Amino acid sequence: MSTRSVVPFGPHHPVLPEPLHLDLVLEDEKVVEAIPSIGFVHRGLEKLVEKKDFNEFVYVAERICGICSFMHGMSYCEAVEHIMGVEIPPRAKYLRTIWCEMSRIHSHLLWLGLLADAFGFESLFMQSWRMREKILDMFETSTGGRVIFSVNKIGGQRKDMDNSMIRSFLDIFAGMEKDLKELTGTFLNDGAVRSRLDGVGVLTEQQARDFGAVGPFLRASGVQYDMRTTGYAAYGDIDLEPITSNIGDSYARTVVRVKEIFQSIDIIRQAAAKIPEGDFAVPVKGFPKGEYMMRVEQPRGEACYYVKANGTKFLDRFRVRTPTFANIPPMLETLKGSQLADVPILILTIDPCISCTER
Amino acid sequence: MKMSQSPWLLHYDGSSCNGCDIEVLATTTPVYNLERFGVINTGNPKHADIFLITGGINSQNAPVVKQIYDQIPDPKVVVAVGICACDGGIFKECYNILGGVDKVIPVDIYVPGCAARPEAIIDGVQKAVVLLDKKRQQMDAAVRPAAGRA
Repeated sequence: MSTRSVVPFGPHHPVLPEPLHLDLVLEDEKVVEAIPSIGFVHRGLEKLVEKKDFNEFVYVAERICGICSFMHGMSYCEAVEHIMGVEIPPRAKYLRTIWCEMSRIHSHLLWLGLLADAFGFESLFMQSWRMREKILDMFETSTGGRVIFSVNKIGGQRKDMDNSMIRSFLDIFAGMEKDLKELTGTFLNDGAVRSRLDGVGVLTEQQARDFGAVGPFLRASGVQYDMRTTGYAAYGDIDLEPITSNIGDSYARTVVRVKEIFQSIDIIRQAAAKIPEGDFAVPVKGFPKGEYMMRVEQPRGEACYYVKANGTKFLDRFRVRTPTFANIPPMLETLKGSQLADVPILILTIDPCISCTER
Repeated sequence: MKMSQSPWLLHYDGSSCNGCDIEVLATTTPVYNLERFGVINTGNPKHADIFLITGGINSQNAPVVKQIYDQIPDPKVVVAVGICACDGGIFKECYNILGGVDKVIPVDIYVPGCAARPEAIIDGVQKAVVLLDKKRQQMDAAVRPAAGRA
């Protein structure tokens, strides 16, 4: 006869770089229920809009999360630009697209490394992060920062990439592709890796829709849903097909993210071929008045930004719904019935980002 | 006994934006390779010598930080990584930030930056290693006064 026991998971756990606490209710080794508690990283930065000028707030918005910092800053700027009716120059839109996709590649490589670390494949973790450093070098060359860039402003970008720099980046990507194929081949074909991922934590398409999953977690369950197809920044001019898989297990999520790395390189190539000459920022005068809801596709999924402005230099309200927040309920669903030993991998396959969830 | 030969790290995310956390992890991976100094990133407080902490302190994580600090055996060195861990940084004015890590535990080394660069983190860890040896010597001297004098 099995007895129930409760095992605390976190907030400090070796597999998570960030604090998340789960109470796992177990029957022998099987998880019956998982009860989350969050709030260890809550800062309350949304309320800072009442203290900081709406132009200054770009820097705070970037620091919602250090991994998707570029996208947070950009989305806040786009939301305010929509309210103020500012049309940014086409070159700025393409620059945003290129930096967004570079962020996606670095985020997915970071995740692949953490996944490898979670199932104890140390050398694969090191290799993934070694390759990620090349992306960070490109960020440093183009923006001056490794993780926090501060290149967004309301009305465009603070910095431009000249065409020779973009061409040199394309050469680096061409060189990286071979290494990436070898690295991701191990993730997708190695027997030891597959034994940890195949059939673990299956989320059916119906469950994914019912619980409101987003991003690669949703697409791995066979739902074609990618915010980039709505055409913010310069995505309207880019040819892209959302990547899906219909298996819905941890392996499928790995496949989707691996394919997205190559898709991002392709998008950067397309953007580099089409990027127009011209200004990369326009002057913006006055104060915003009105409200807007901005939706973007981050590496972890769809993020929503709500901005409400009252015509002064301070905004009334800023609200972010981040992808991990949406992914926690479906993740708890996949945890039910799983083995205790698979819990760390299952949590990692949603690519949790606690600092954006709690802000 | 010299502790500087292989000091082990424990990393905890207080309430940072992740920027410093991924930089702490990046310092242990190939390009920056902190492991060449014998440093290993461990997940167990009982194995750790150096406590790297990122992000400011809020009322929910204060007891967690305090508990992890208490679990690390002596001698130990605390390194606050990034401006948020030093004094709250950009989030200083947030309603849920009490301030830097030194509000709850004693901090030995402050590493500035937003986000702290890997070079700065390596520098902080190297300073921590020197301090670790010093603390160890003081402990030995307290336990065995004769040996300490010799």
